[in-house]
Amino acid sequence: MSLEHDIHPSPGIVPRSDEEIAARVKAMEAILVEKGLIGSDAIDYMSSVYEHEVGPQLGAKIAARAWTDPEFKQRLLVDATSACVEMGVGGMQGEEMRVLENTDSVRNMVVCTLCSCYPWPVLGLPPNWYKYPAYRARAVRDPRGVMAEFGLHVGDDIEIRIWDSSAELRYWVLPQRPGGTDGFTEEQLAALVTRDSLIGVADPLTPEN
Amino acid sequence: MDGVHDLGGRQGIGAVRPEPDEPVFHSDWERSVLTMFPAMAMAGAFNLDQFRAAMERIPAAEYLATRYFEHWIHSMTEHGVRAGIFDPQDLERRTRYYQQNPQEAPPKKAKPEQVDALRQMISNGDEYRREVEAPPIFEVGDQVRVKPGASTTHTRRAGYVRGKAGEIVGVHGAYVFPDTNAIGGGDCPEHLYTVRFTGAELWGDEPNAANTIVHIDQWEPYLTTA
Repeated sequence: MSLEHDIHPSPGIVPRSDEEIAARVKAMEAILVEKGLIGSDAIDYMSSVYEHEVGPQLGAKIAARAWTDPEFKQRLLVDATSACVEMGVGGMQGEEMRVLENTDSVRNMVVCTLCSCYPWPVLGLPPNWYKYPAYRARAVRDPRGVMAEFGLHVGDDIEIRIWDSSAELRYWVLPQRPGGTDGFTEEQLAALVTRDSLIGVADPLTPEN
Repeated sequence: MDGVHDLGGRQGIGAVRPEPDEPVFHSDWERSVLTMFPAMAMAGAFNLDQFRAAMERIPAAEYLATRYFEHWIHSMTEHGVRAGIFDPQDLERRTRYYQQNPQEAPPKKAKPEQVDALRQMISNGDEYRREVEAPPIFEVGDQVRVKPGASTTHTRRAGYVRGKAGEIVGVHGAYVFPDTNAIGGGDCPEHLYTVRFTGAELWGDEPNAANTIVHIDQWEPYLTTA
């Protein structure tokens, strides 16, 4: 989605078309390939990792394990980095991770106001809305308003804790297990955990939806 | 730098617009740009903080109106030119060529050792933690204030917490200091803390901030005793 609906560039700023950007990137890539600084296979490899292997399904799996295994949950909340390694998850842009637990009285929400820091090993690459100005501006000041735009209405009686990822620690949220899931397997539970619930702007799905 | 990238708390930017079923990549070129980040970092064109600092130098109106991966392109171009990887005229000439011949693809050449390096990097990440002899000045429970002064170079001392009082809730050890690392001044590791602010401290009695807490990670030189 483009930002043009919200922001009118000042005179002189001409938005580039997708074709113009593609041409510039091809030019950069050609130079890097000719100089031996990038491999075409490296581009295929890295993009494929984040398209097919590393994404929110990994965070969902870990959340589901925490819902079913209280000892694992304890380890996850005390030292998320090590607990994720147990599940074979970790690495770039999540070298050190911390998991925040939602409860009946506390909701957590993650943002990076200065750029786009995001826990890649558990969530993959961030969605555009996470990187674009509106979320970065408002999450720290109007979190209830932002959550409402995601369909989540949080009363003043619940404390909202925002985590602005300004260093190399990466934060993500352990949402509350939805009701009506007694007897669900880890796999069934993981299917209810959405990316947005791990960022903290939404609840997991329920068995009904 | 006190640029428009420092977005926390700014108003008048509009609604958050999530895209249903958003793809990982919106255009094919984003795949290349993603991989150019580690490739150019491995070539010595920039470190992480230098990369972020160049994005902060994008003119404000352009920063707000362009796609996120265009910010990466901007930073890579600036650093690539400075590092002698890109010649500006050559880059323009080739860009025009691909604009006139949109069906043409850049040359292909494999670099299997880079695939191996990426595999390592993706699963192991990078190390920003450093050992230092000096103990941390602050401990959990200390009341601190973020230094209020302006900043002309890269910093993670976000504008909305400057001059505000908070409490130390995490003491993490020493990490590469972005403010020096971004200007080629070296790692200069400093202790890192998580600081907790009440919504009331940051935003007064603004109703939207009622019963909210904001945490942000700050390096020791950013803080004074409150």
